[in-house]
Amino acid sequence: MSKDAYRGELTGLSAVEARAMVAKGEISAKEMAEAALERIEEMEPQIHALLTVTPEAALSQAAEIDRRRAAGEPLPPLAGVPLAIKDAICSAGIRSTAGSRILHNFIPPYDATVTARLRAAGALLVGKANCDEFAMGSSTENSGFYPTLNPRDTSRVPGGSSGGSAAAVCAHEAAIALGSDTGGSIRQPAAFCGVVGLKPTYGRVSRYGLIAYASSLDQIGPITRTVADTALVLNAIAGHDPLDSTCTSVPVPDFTAACRADVAGLRIGVPKEYFALGVDAQVAASVRAAVDRLCEMGAVADECSLPTTDYALAAYYIIAPAEASSNLARFDGVKYGFRTKELAGHIGLTEKTRDEGFGAEVKQRIMIGTYALSHGYYDAYYKRAQQVRTLIRRDFDAAFERFDVLAMPTAPTVAYRIGEKSDPLAMKLGDVCTIPINMAGLPGISIPCGLADGLPVGLQLVAKAYDEETLLRAAYTFELAGQPR
Amino acid sequence: MSLSREDVKKVALLARLELTDDEIDAQAANINNLLAHIESLQSLDVEGIEPTSHSMPVVNVLREDAARPSLSREETLANAPLARDGCFVVPRIVEGD
Repeated sequence: MSKDAYRGELTGLSAVEARAMVAKGEISAKEMAEAALERIEEMEPQIHALLTVTPEAALSQAAEIDRRRAAGEPLPPLAGVPLAIKDAICSAGIRSTAGSRILHNFIPPYDATVTARLRAAGALLVGKANCDEFAMGSSTENSGFYPTLNPRDTSRVPGGSSGGSAAAVCAHEAAIALGSDTGGSIRQPAAFCGVVGLKPTYGRVSRYGLIAYASSLDQIGPITRTVADTALVLNAIAGHDPLDSTCTSVPVPDFTAACRADVAGLRIGVPKEYFALGVDAQVAASVRAAVDRLCEMGAVADECSLPTTDYALAAYYIIAPAEASSNLARFDGVKYGFRTKELAGHIGLTEKTRDEGFGAEVKQRIMIGTYALSHGYYDAYYKRAQQVRTLIRRDFDAAFERFDVLAMPTAPTVAYRIGEKSDPLAMKLGDVCTIPINMAGLPGISIPCGLADGLPVGLQLVAKAYDEETLLRAAYTFELAGQPR
Repeated sequence: MSLSREDVKKVALLARLELTDDEIDAQAANINNLLAHIESLQSLDVEGIEPTSHSMPVVNVLREDAARPSLSREETLANAPLARDGCFVVPRIVEGD
């Protein structure tokens, strides 16, 4: 076998396989890091998935793994596994921009909790992944730097906002990646790129060091090529963190143990509203075929209704911008990041810096949020949206009295063309299947379930709060059985 | 509900965004477009429904009020666009001597 072919095989390994080969000494962590870095050099000119490539971080971590192995020390669970992290997640000493020009030169003095945990788990950080500015967008076209292209078809978007993370994993630049999901930003790009993406339960994973968009909805999670790899990453990042008061101390099981082929008696609810909302007929058919496949393997499915679904998007576009307008108030040109050249008094400095530093979509959401929270409009918009959130949550609570998981499409369409959704509202409507799950704080996973027009379709499974195990078990079983014919 | 140019300017001041004339028009159109969509919420009966501020019932989490190490002054100022004598530099706020 030629050296190039061998390296190509290394980058195609799952995290489980790569870790096992490194542990057995069949390959070194250094070889894994070099193979990933070469792959990045080859693929980046075509897809632009990364904002920063981090060879020093990858190679120094690899040297440490190889030293430990040589010394006969036990290896951590992600030893030698190439990793990309969304650029909205802080990495000490490595530029972290959240995809925004206003943070173009920001070098965090600390690691996000998830970054620190994955470093401790032995993963090799190969790069920081592109995303929509401050995670606001669904196509990665709103990056302040450049758009990422879908590795499956470079005329199309990879989805967003964690589009760089999904594209990097899809293109074998990394075996695993982290994204963040506020209204679908892990699951939708995973669906568009044909990979696996999990948004854990709100509170399952620490948000410390995640550059905040909408704090009551944001959640960090894995993007990988296999369900078992998602479980492995979740094991490493889940669990209480004293630095995030919303990160709960609910016990963390071994999620890899949930990866077993067994859906006997699993009750699947199929909410009818998710097959109406402008969902492409081929996408709907593909998802229904996936549910049938699970039923052939012993699950039982029935239709159900989540009546408040149609209002979730509207409520989201009050709550998320309201929280964003508050979170993004910190960017003032004083403490970090970009500052305008025009020093026109204190308020002028802040106003100019923000006008020049933020992109159009971010400004729009700040404006909507500020308006919704302003005097006289609070009850009509913000309070009403929070009441609707209660109704959404009740819909799901009622459904989970009858079902163990819910199954629906991750997105109404497959990946669309670059520039196709130039109307901001049209793009937002594409998040209609994922937003309600964030509003209810529930765990959701997207797994590839087939093709429509030659492009990947995502099956979304949703479970009760803190029941990622059932999600992983169902997803693993489906993955093992193969896609429906 | 629909926002005029003047409304947009007022909100922009609250949000500390100095928008150009073209941006004001574009923002007004985009915001009004989204508000029209959001209008659907007004048709839903929410009488007596408790608002949910957090999807999970998280209550106050307290810890001991104990001192612990934090970032050094140098680390804190390292990302500042302008710093001098261990301080952030901003334009003059108070007029006079």
